[in-house]
Amino acid sequence: MLTTTTNIREILSVRQERDVVICRNRVKEVAAKLGMGIVNQTKLITAVSELARNMLIYGGGGNVLLQTVTRGREPGVQLIFEDKGPGIADIKKAMQDGFTTGKSMGMGLPGAKRLVSEFSIDSTVGKGTTVKIIKWKNG
Amino acid sequence: MERIPILKMGKFLLVTIQVDLYDRLALTLEEDLIQMVHKTGARGVLIDISALSIVDSFMGKIIGNIAAMSSILDAETVVVGMQPAVAITLIELGLPLSGVHTALNVERGMALLAARMPDETDDIDVDDNDEY
Repeated sequence: MLTTTTNIREILSVRQERDVVICRNRVKEVAAKLGMGIVNQTKLITAVSELARNMLIYGGGGNVLLQTVTRGREPGVQLIFEDKGPGIADIKKAMQDGFTTGKSMGMGLPGAKRLVSEFSIDSTVGKGTTVKIIKWKNG
Repeated sequence: MERIPILKMGKFLLVTIQVDLYDRLALTLEEDLIQMVHKTGARGVLIDISALSIVDSFMGKIIGNIAAMSSILDAETVVVGMQPAVAITLIELGLPLSGVHTALNVERGMALLAARMPDETDDIDVDDNDEY
């Protein structure tokens, strides 16, 4: 099996609303570089937008680790959103469509999950929340 | 502060979003548009999003709000120019944009708005005649 080294690994900081746009644009650039199609690119950056906004609104901002990864020969984009906010008490509830504690529509987490290939969330009350997503090039 | 321009075309307002929307900018647009509908008595609002490569749940909510508020002020809202990838993503995200009219492009959007108020096509002339 062909092993490709990860050539992109960077940290994007999300501290204010404009950072969400910067984050989206950078992810789009990287996804385009991998040859990801426009529909998958759009799904990915929409998920990024939801998660980065969540991080800003509920987590008080945080960092996004952006990496390119491979599975066999297929490249993908992996993102880890990490905040040191209050955390999510009931992840099951937060993953339900329409559930929100804020001013949003409650589409952020479950919507983002539907838009990416792999999604995992880990949260500890009082410590913060980490969301990891991967979008494969053809995924 | 950055603002998205709103153009008046007859009894309609035209907004072409050419920049990436961050939340504050979207909220400002919502406010400005509703003020403009009220001030001008516009009967329709046409929002061109052809330059947008992304519409997430927050922007979707803003578009829905604009349509709902305009409707209360007796104006219809049409969103035009949505890119196919954005449409696919919106549906998967679970955001059907209900209550908002959509059309393929500005031309069809204008036609849709005009068709929805056929009895008023001559209303400028009617108003003029009323003065005599």
